Amino acid sequence: MRAFATGLAFFAKRAGQAILVMLAIAMIAFAVKGALGDPLREIMGEAVPEAQRAELRHKLGLDAPWPTQLARYLGDAAQGDLGQSYIYKRPTVAVVLAKFPASFELVLAASLIVLFISLPAGIYCAVNPRSLGARLILGLSVLGISVPVFLTGIILISVFSVWLGWLPAFGRGETVRIGFWETGLLTLDGLKHLLLPAVTLSSIMLPLFIRLVRGAMLDQLGADYVRTARAKGASRLRVWLHHALRNALLPLVALGGLQIGNMLAFTLLTETVFQWPGMGFLFLEAVTRADVPLITTYLVAVGLLFVVTNTLADMVSLWLDPRISFEARQ
Amino acid sequence: MSGEGARASLASARSFVLGQPGSLIAAVLLATVALAAFAAPLIAPQNPFDLASFDLLDADLPPFFLDDSDPRFLLGTDSQGRDLLSAILYGTRISLTVGVLAVAIQAAIGIPLGLLGGYLGGRVDGFIARIADVQLSLSTLILAIIALALVRAGLGGETLGRLAVPLLVVVIGLAEWPYFARTARAATLVEAAKDHVRAAKALGAGDAAIICRHILPNILSPLIVVATTQVAGAIMAEAALSFLGLGLPITQPSLGTLIRSGYDLIFAGIWWVTVLPGLTLVSVLVAVNILGDGLRDALDPRLTPR
Repeated sequence: MRAFATGLAFFAKRAGQAILVMLAIAMIAFAVKGALGDPLREIMGEAVPEAQRAELRHKLGLDAPWPTQLARYLGDAAQGDLGQSYIYKRPTVAVVLAKFPASFELVLAASLIVLFISLPAGIYCAVNPRSLGARLILGLSVLGISVPVFLTGIILISVFSVWLGWLPAFGRGETVRIGFWETGLLTLDGLKHLLLPAVTLSSIMLPLFIRLVRGAMLDQLGADYVRTARAKGASRLRVWLHHALRNALLPLVALGGLQIGNMLAFTLLTETVFQWPGMGFLFLEAVTRADVPLITTYLVAVGLLFVVTNTLADMVSLWLDPRISFEARQ
Repeated sequence: MSGEGARASLASARSFVLGQPGSLIAAVLLATVALAAFAAPLIAPQNPFDLASFDLLDADLPPFFLDDSDPRFLLGTDSQGRDLLSAILYGTRISLTVGVLAVAIQAAIGIPLGLLGGYLGGRVDGFIARIADVQLSLSTLILAIIALALVRAGLGGETLGRLAVPLLVVVIGLAEWPYFARTARAATLVEAAKDHVRAAKALGAGDAAIICRHILPNILSPLIVVATTQVAGAIMAEAALSFLGLGLPITQPSLGTLIRSGYDLIFAGIWWVTVLPGLTLVSVLVAVNILGDGLRDALDPRLTPR
């Protein structure tokens, strides 16, 4: 019961921190909006007499002192209203939300690739550190780290789309709508479109995670309990997977959690190369066309993703760490 | 004291680079590329920034190893008739400059903070470590993208293009100082406990003198390693930002800009405009990374593989 209370208290503390961070991000977004955007110019154009301008400014509350405006912005934000997009003439939150599934499915597919390759490869390199295979994997990972993600994408497009003509080079292909979620995972065409972007995005994270897995496993394999487990007669495979990997996961989740920001940036680059209609692609469109409300909404969305994933990573760490437990143990 | 520390690290670096063919090749390749890049105004056949010197009749010519190539343009031309060899030389110069200057800023912020934190300890140390943690948990690239995107949205693409080099240097430079700070701090902790530092203290040396004359010269090795890896990161970040259209404009192309400008052409089978600058970028990055790994193995005994 006490352990459960600890978990709850931890969660409450993290939730409090998360709210503070989001508040700070919303204030930054407000400041950016104030510095960059003149909504009147967007609404009325340049050639409108000053009197009419002042009237509209008053009607929209733009002549109020900034603390009042900030309070109103935060109040609206809490209700999910971050303004209207200039390009799409729709609420920005709806525009960004509509693009979220595309980015999420791309990141999900890439993460699965990273997970299923980096774990075995990293463990192999840690278990046979001097083997030819391990050296080959580590050598390739230096090469992988050195190829920028957008270049990988361009090379894959050149080979598989332009030269061989096997796979499509841009867009999401055919999608199916389930509620508000537009998925490309249920059609063959959608999956075909997903393959190259997902491989591209995973290519940049893979070398890093192989090295992380290898490092974490090496740390554990040198520990006393591993020797003890071997001594009591546990098989090698059991020691690697049951004992060492389990403890290696903890630093992995913590270090992996630090990569969320990079993942966002790499997703943005991948979406640009493949013209993948996700949030990053939307953001760059908003930047080129100076759609300030959309830009600030993206900032808030990125902040929210950051906070949520970081909190999740912390919760997983807590769950993995046998020293703290949610459930009361007998 | 100070000279000896630096000389010792140099000596071990030299012995390693010579004993390790991979690092040696990387170092030679890097030196050649850097030399060629910085001599670009002397050796490049054309000034790639001078739009008036291009001829559209020369556009999209292939490099020498393909059919229909033109001997005047060894590596072919882009869609404006710009000589690719010249553009790559100048572009590499910009990429290397941005990379090195950005890392100089990182070092200038990170090393003093790390020295201070490690030497003073206590609250100052805790405070610096805390800021470093927060800074690191935000990714450089996403911060840089957002910062430059805001500049572009606020001031327009043209202004961004004009201010690109200083902006890129500052944005990439400000974001990654914690790597220097952490390394400097850890090394300072080790160094400050050594006898020669305690002796200096006992002899009445001031804190500033101890930090500058007795600690800093002896922690240079790990800092050199960090600097190498950071240069690779900074060059990659610059290329990514320019590729997104948030860095150098096509009138003053870096390698990332060139890759972007050639991207549309790959569908027409004109792959060299993208691939050749791309290969240059990858070669530089691979060389820097191999050199960084080699230096780490040579200079940082804690990190040698078991």
